[in-house]
Amino acid sequence: MRNYKGRPPLSYYRTALPGVDYAELQGKLIVIEGPDAVGRSTQVRRLKPWLEEFGHAVLDTGMARSALAGKGIKEAKAGNTLGPITMTLYYATDFADRLENEIIPALRAGFVVLTDRYIFSIMARAIARGENRTWIERTAGFALVPHAVLYMRAEVKDLISRVVVGRGAFDYWESGLDLHFGKDMYESFVRYQSSLIQVFDDMADPYGFHVIDASQPVDRVFESLKKAISKVVEMDVPAKTRVKRKTARPVARVAAR
Amino acid sequence: MQVFLQNRCPGRLIVVEGIDGSGKSTQISLLSQWLRRRGYAVTFSEWNSSPLVRETTRRGKKKEMFTPTSFSLIHATDFADRLEHYIVPLLKAGAVVCADRYAYTAFARDVVRGVDRSWVRNLYRFAIKPSLAFYFKVPLDVALGRILGGRDALKYYEAGMDLGLSRNIEESFRIFQGRILEEYESMIEEMGFHVIDATKSIETQQKEMRRIVVQEFGRTRPPGVLGTEVRVAELQG
Repeated sequence: MRNYKGRPPLSYYRTALPGVDYAELQGKLIVIEGPDAVGRSTQVRRLKPWLEEFGHAVLDTGMARSALAGKGIKEAKAGNTLGPITMTLYYATDFADRLENEIIPALRAGFVVLTDRYIFSIMARAIARGENRTWIERTAGFALVPHAVLYMRAEVKDLISRVVVGRGAFDYWESGLDLHFGKDMYESFVRYQSSLIQVFDDMADPYGFHVIDASQPVDRVFESLKKAISKVVEMDVPAKTRVKRKTARPVARVAAR
Repeated sequence: MQVFLQNRCPGRLIVVEGIDGSGKSTQISLLSQWLRRRGYAVTFSEWNSSPLVRETTRRGKKKEMFTPTSFSLIHATDFADRLEHYIVPLLKAGAVVCADRYAYTAFARDVVRGVDRSWVRNLYRFAIKPSLAFYFKVPLDVALGRILGGRDALKYYEAGMDLGLSRNIEESFRIFQGRILEEYESMIEEMGFHVIDATKSIETQQKEMRRIVVQEFGRTRPPGVLGTEVRVAELQG
């Protein structure tokens, strides 16, 4: 992975947002991406306190959590009547609201922003539904280029076991049931998630994803994520901990002998 | 950049555009009645009217949460929902769909709000190209005179108050509408608008619109375009 330490301030992909001074953005933007049920939110929950331990202020955010559109999206999904273009744009609205009202202010204040999904999930869902790639890439082009995009990659079989063991049922949208792919939820899930993974894989190179093997045990995935984040976010040991370690380590060694 | 998708459906899409107070809603209403009397199956779609996003738009406006980008995107979401669930199926069925405002409204308003011109053009690339797009050309003072006299108080976003043009809401509205007017004027050729002189009498404008419709659609209903009597016959059969 490229070392982003000391890189210039954050910028956008294609289109500048009106009224944003990009030079002011001093924080770090870390994106966790990947298909449904790959374990992103579990990892984000663990990464936040880990980063805070090093003295970083952390904002965690995720899809459909905006004050503006979060509720509307949930209601629209409950009705199962969202068309593919409408869904894409509703999520883009949600993203814009969070970007301008949460993420950018946090970056301005020097936070580490940890986001569970980003434009890539919105794009992947649109592309998997047959929408025009250029259209969605340009539409999402006001997004900030993150310091790191950590793509948690797994095979469909790994996702299935997580869905069955963890949730006990298949979800309408996660199974892409609006696409009328298969005879039932299982078949539809397999086809839809396979195409999503394919689309994510295709984006990995052009968008510089750092691929994390998410089929490993949770702790191993956590270690890989921490290692990748350490390359981007300053991880100086906080003064307090440093003092502790200096005294604690020799003692431990002695005890081990 | 290619704007809009070609209409490959048998139905026809008629669009009216113009600043507030240009009289476009009156004209499209008269035109649709006339088309109905001529045997066309006519339906309506109004800007910003999708039930799916209504609550979100209401919340954003009430709490003044919108940025130019999220304002643009929520209107595109509204438009997409109406297009996917209403306009396209009706065009497939062969109806004449009359739209009071279309993507051009976003092209004008959102650009005035500071959104990138080519970004918003791309945003609406999934829209269907109208069969006819009428632009109601009117001087700013005439439109303002029609509006500011007999109507409810201006609303925050309607007056472009989010742009900080003026603390006075009426003054803000005036400046905002003036800029939108400039955007419309610059689009006339690019978008192939049929320009209607909206300072003329209502009857004269309507006559001109009907002339253009006949010129485009022909004197008899084109094959595949649904008529009111056909629909009744089908229901009875």
